[in-house]
Amino acid sequence: MTDLLTAKFKMDYAEFNLDVELNLPAKGVTVVFGPSGSGKTTLLRCLAGLERAPSGFLKLAGQVWQDEEIFLPIQERKIGLVFQESRLFPHLNIQENLLYGYQRTLPAERNLHLDEVVQVLDLGRLLKRAPEKLSGGERQRVAIGRALLTSPKLLLMDEPLASLDMQLKAEIIPFIKRIEDEFKTPIIYVTHSMNEVLQLVDTMVILKSGKVVNFGPVEEVFSDVRLREAVGDGQVGAVLETSVSEHDEEFGLTRLDFMGQALNVPKQNIPVGQNLRVHIHSKDVSLSTVPPEGATSVLNILKARVEKIGILDPKGYSVDIELDAGRPILATITRKSLSNLNLKPGQPVYAHIKAIKMVHESDSF
Amino acid sequence: MDFPLIDLQPIWLTLQLAGVTVVILLALGTPIAWWLAQTRSRSRVVVEAVVALPLVLPPTVLGFYLLILLGPHGWVGGPVQALTGSALSFSFAGLVFASTLYSLPFVVQPLHSAFESIGKVPMETAQSLGASRLDAFFSVITPLARRGYLTAVVLGFAHTLGEFGVVLMVGGNIPGKTKVISIEIYDRVEVLEYAQAHILSAGLLAFSFLVLVMVYSINRRLPVQVT
Repeated sequence: MTDLLTAKFKMDYAEFNLDVELNLPAKGVTVVFGPSGSGKTTLLRCLAGLERAPSGFLKLAGQVWQDEEIFLPIQERKIGLVFQESRLFPHLNIQENLLYGYQRTLPAERNLHLDEVVQVLDLGRLLKRAPEKLSGGERQRVAIGRALLTSPKLLLMDEPLASLDMQLKAEIIPFIKRIEDEFKTPIIYVTHSMNEVLQLVDTMVILKSGKVVNFGPVEEVFSDVRLREAVGDGQVGAVLETSVSEHDEEFGLTRLDFMGQALNVPKQNIPVGQNLRVHIHSKDVSLSTVPPEGATSVLNILKARVEKIGILDPKGYSVDIELDAGRPILATITRKSLSNLNLKPGQPVYAHIKAIKMVHESDSF
Repeated sequence: MDFPLIDLQPIWLTLQLAGVTVVILLALGTPIAWWLAQTRSRSRVVVEAVVALPLVLPPTVLGFYLLILLGPHGWVGGPVQALTGSALSFSFAGLVFASTLYSLPFVVQPLHSAFESIGKVPMETAQSLGASRLDAFFSVITPLARRGYLTAVVLGFAHTLGEFGVVLMVGGNIPGKTKVISIEIYDRVEVLEYAQAHILSAGLLAFSFLVLVMVYSINRRLPVQVT
């Protein structure tokens, strides 16, 4: 497989260190996640060529962009950049903004054209307007379109939705999804908000203090017990790929198949056979070592094995347990429960799932 | 009183001088201002101070050194005389040289602050879209800096129109060659031809006023560029 991104950057500054080594598939959406100050933006700037790490190596799809001798300047890297601010040129109208990079791309290298980008991002009625007349969400769509029209080999997005409110975020995310589906442009997306990207992410990179904590397919990384310290509370859990197996009209439920086990969710308007990505919060998973006898109101119970027990914080009351249910699932239980159940790695358990959040129809899996 | 006849030659010469000087200043001032806005080098303060010197130096001091520099034995005038047969002092070319130096801060400073307020982002953005630095400079930075350019052109032009001391020291008072309006006014006053002095002075006053009004009103109408 040549569609790989290999990156290695090392920077030593008094106030900040970056020391990363990554091998990523150059397709789909890769989310670089970490708290502020973790080096996300610096990593992105290194990838873009806006920053030159004293010691660095970068190769995309067989082409070296940086090593000891080579340092390809940004304008030759064929990357699209989208930032938190749209950075549209105020002296050009929307169409001129969109075409700025297009006109500077060799005709032979233009894979994307104005018409299709305008259509996918729904920019048709904005073309003759001035950037200042657009809403924040519209501006961001134009910025994405402008970057795409350079036919980039890689689209780098640095918190592109951070300045937008919830409603606008929800409006833009499907567009980003469509870019990936229709144009096959690999995206590297930097964010500190996990919820924002759950429906997009294929590969996840967790950064903390300038170092990579973990990277890989989202289903594995997301349930890594080490995620909590990098991410903080409230966002960890599991991302599961399921498929719709049947609709239960009588009780208004949809049954999902997950690795041969069933999950029930409120009725979804999705045809049988289609894929559905779900998110399970670690705090919504409780554990039992005995099989359920039927006397429970919890509908979703998965058979799993204890994989790993998280670090015990002597001051904290809870602990993360990584389970293997075919795919990793994270459960947060109290230290007291851990002691009562006497859990050990390898032990079979029953994971009671109290809430499931639907993420989106993931037809790309 | 008869309506006095005005010698148009000094006016024409002055406009030529100011025009040529502004063109040279834009070509020279743009890279200096850009460098000042970009660099983190320590020599920056020295360059800034040199550019600002004409603001504080008495024109006679500047004129005196320029006279030596441009004269037949000067570092600049000497080689020029060897090449062309005449030095730069007391010539139109010498006046242009002197005016360029004299008006440099009036062009560099507005451009410098325009470039600084634009910041690094538009350049980075243009480059990320495939533009070379030069391309990005002309397609993005220059239009964004148009307020700065307008101010620079007007101030540079108006300031050159009004210079007196440096011109007198370097150029002397040669009709058709180095005699500009401000010197002509001085001459008229010397021989007590107040009417002509009035016409020229009032003309210069009105022109400067109108030009400044124009600049400020255009600046008001241009949208603020930093977003």
